[in-house]
Amino acid sequence: MTNTLSRLATVAAVPLVWAGTALAQVNPTAESVNEDALLRALQSGEAVGGRASIPDDGAASLISPDNKLWAAMQGDTLQTLSIVAVLGTLAILVLFYLIRGRIRIDGGFSGRKILRFNAIERFAHWMLASTFIVLALTGLNLVIGRTVVLPLLGEGAFGTLTAWGKIAHNYLAWPFMAALIMVFLLWVIHNIPSKLDLEWIKQGGGLFKKGVHPPARKFNFGQKVVFWSVIVGGAIMSFTGVMLLFPAEAGSATDWQFFQVIHALVAAAMSALILAHIYIGSVGMEGAFDAMGTGEVDENWAKEHHSLWVEDVKDTKARNDAQISPAE
Amino acid sequence: MARMKFLCDADRCIECNACVTACKNEHEVPWGINRRRVITINDGLPGERSVSMACMHCTDAPCAAVCPVDCFYTTEDAVVLHNKDTCIGCGYCSYACPFGAPQYPQTANFGTRGKMDKCTYCSGGPEADLSAAEYEKYGANRLAEGKLPLCAEMCSTKALLAGDGDIIADIYRERVVTRGYGSGAWGWRTAYGETVSV
Repeated sequence: MTNTLSRLATVAAVPLVWAGTALAQVNPTAESVNEDALLRALQSGEAVGGRASIPDDGAASLISPDNKLWAAMQGDTLQTLSIVAVLGTLAILVLFYLIRGRIRIDGGFSGRKILRFNAIERFAHWMLASTFIVLALTGLNLVIGRTVVLPLLGEGAFGTLTAWGKIAHNYLAWPFMAALIMVFLLWVIHNIPSKLDLEWIKQGGGLFKKGVHPPARKFNFGQKVVFWSVIVGGAIMSFTGVMLLFPAEAGSATDWQFFQVIHALVAAAMSALILAHIYIGSVGMEGAFDAMGTGEVDENWAKEHHSLWVEDVKDTKARNDAQISPAE
Repeated sequence: MARMKFLCDADRCIECNACVTACKNEHEVPWGINRRRVITINDGLPGERSVSMACMHCTDAPCAAVCPVDCFYTTEDAVVLHNKDTCIGCGYCSYACPFGAPQYPQTANFGTRGKMDKCTYCSGGPEADLSAAEYEKYGANRLAEGKLPLCAEMCSTKALLAGDGDIIADIYRERVVTRGYGSGAWGWRTAYGETVSV
């Protein structure tokens, strides 16, 4: 009973206290929020936010000033870097071609062929290569298309092209990832660094001087660099790409922006690397394309570029032949 | 020409959400899309304030900077609009926008967002003014009819102001001076690099 009475007394006293404060003309904003103060208190990547009645967590964010940093990086840094990576590599390759010319087979074609890559290896390589080319071109289009392609095609055609490009990019990512795993499983055993690689580096891979051919097994150091760059770069591209495809799983908007920047930077680096790879595997070197074309390379080409591998192949063949008992 | 802006006087906003409703109705915005929303800061605490937020029609709009297909354009009234025929629904603008303005009709996974939708400052899109095609894609074009955005026009406490930036800044400044306080022109510093100084 006394409890109830004292509670009643408290309730009755409240309006009196309110009346008192009202009379004192207290500044009603004494505890009010203030935009300037909230913005000043923001940590990097944070947003001014509160509560919204919309059933969407994102809607409760009011101002996220740092989104502008990401936006500035898109329109500026990434675009420049991508253009420099592609055009710079092309320029270096043209220069290399003009100075060094096509790397010929010193001994000429022997006419004898050795199987270098079997059908499964070639299938994995070309699945990876074809999807990469489409992914690289459609991705590059997202970054520099509006500057380079849009003026040529006009807004309507460019919009349609880019929309299809986006679909191709999103769906071809999956065969790319499958091929990446295949290539890793098929070739990782041949790409473990060894002492031979030091010799290859010392001789500059024989790239810069005619008639110089450092010894190599199935893959020389240059090819190992390409392999590991593709595996590591491809893994980063795959992970960040999947995060971009499933933004809800990627975390906050800041996380998504981080993945997008990594995706774009690694893509630019990989495009530069693959351009060099395409060059040396086609116009840059006589006899090189056969390895991935028919799968069979000329014996003289193989002896010059992969001397130890040729010996391995011949040894294995000799051993197999020896095991076959004569049909007497 | 005028430099159109929104200004939400948070000290007047009572979070009635009528601006949100009016916007949805005027433009027949689909379910799930909110061109405008009200956010309450310090909800239930002393100093609670509500701010009605939509596209701020930024100067040097970050959405326009990141759009891969360059579908944004700025009108003579400094309203930032976009072309839905060109939009590929990549979502980049929504990551660039400091105000959460870009909206999508579909779920976001696997690039199936659909065409982006956002506040047009009640001024339609690239189609002919007041055409059926314009209405279907972007909603009403009140500016072409000589009217201001409906959200601000029908605001019961006149918290949400729309119109030329200089004029609404003057109105807000006068209010702050008269009543002695103001929590600021929300978003102005981020959108225009300036705020209303009193």
